[in-house]
Amino acid sequence: MALNINEIIEDSFQLIGGNFATAGEASTQLKMKLTELGVDETIIRRAAIATFEAEMNVIIYAAAARLHYVITPRNITIRIEDMGPGIEDIQLAMQEGYSTAPDWVREMGWGAGMGLPNMKKNSDEFRIDSVVGEGTTVEMVINFP
Amino acid sequence: MKLGDIIEPLSLDVRTGSSSLGRAVTGVYVSDLLSDVMANSGEGNVWITLQTHLNIVAVAGLKNLTGIIVVSGRNVPADVLQKAEAEKVTVMTTQLSAFETAGKLYQMLYA
Repeated sequence: MALNINEIIEDSFQLIGGNFATAGEASTQLKMKLTELGVDETIIRRAAIATFEAEMNVIIYAAAARLHYVITPRNITIRIEDMGPGIEDIQLAMQEGYSTAPDWVREMGWGAGMGLPNMKKNSDEFRIDSVVGEGTTVEMVINFP
Repeated sequence: MKLGDIIEPLSLDVRTGSSSLGRAVTGVYVSDLLSDVMANSGEGNVWITLQTHLNIVAVAGLKNLTGIIVVSGRNVPADVLQKAEAEKVTVMTTQLSAFETAGKLYQMLYA
């Protein structure tokens, strides 16, 4: 399929922790952009899921974050840098079902320990780096077919 | 089967997005875990849940679900309905439980 991507397209979003009402705004914008560019539907779905989960993590755990995406003719890179508590044990956090979310978040149907695994599953490259007391950075790359 | 076809048999109350009743129902997904719905629901599915907060609208929109059925007579807050209407997400409510709703839909889709 012909993609309408001749140049690098990028955008940034400020995400605010605790603001559940705005969840999904960045992923919706990204989805619209990818749709407009004629990107494969499977890729759009993967990018939307990964980005939405990243947004939720910021809303649930962090004070704030910057979400930045870059679309090139070959792939899309989504990078989220948050100011948050950081993750003590990344290996544990990556385990499906492991969560440190408080009860009220779980009652909303979040915090089931699926966020980071979902993000990884939907990415071709997944990098996570965290400093306790400072924040977490996640970078995801999804390649176009 | 179209979304409009399930309204009467399930006694659904269509609260928002009534313009989408002509959309096809590709299947049904039952879950109250939003990450699970994000990961495993399919495009065009009807989603059965008892969650009623704002994020259900974003999940349904991102996954391009055909509609949300909120079960057990749970009240959907006005701000959620407002957002759903704005984003053309069909929210329906029923007094039936998730089990009864899913059972009836299963009969209609597969029996």
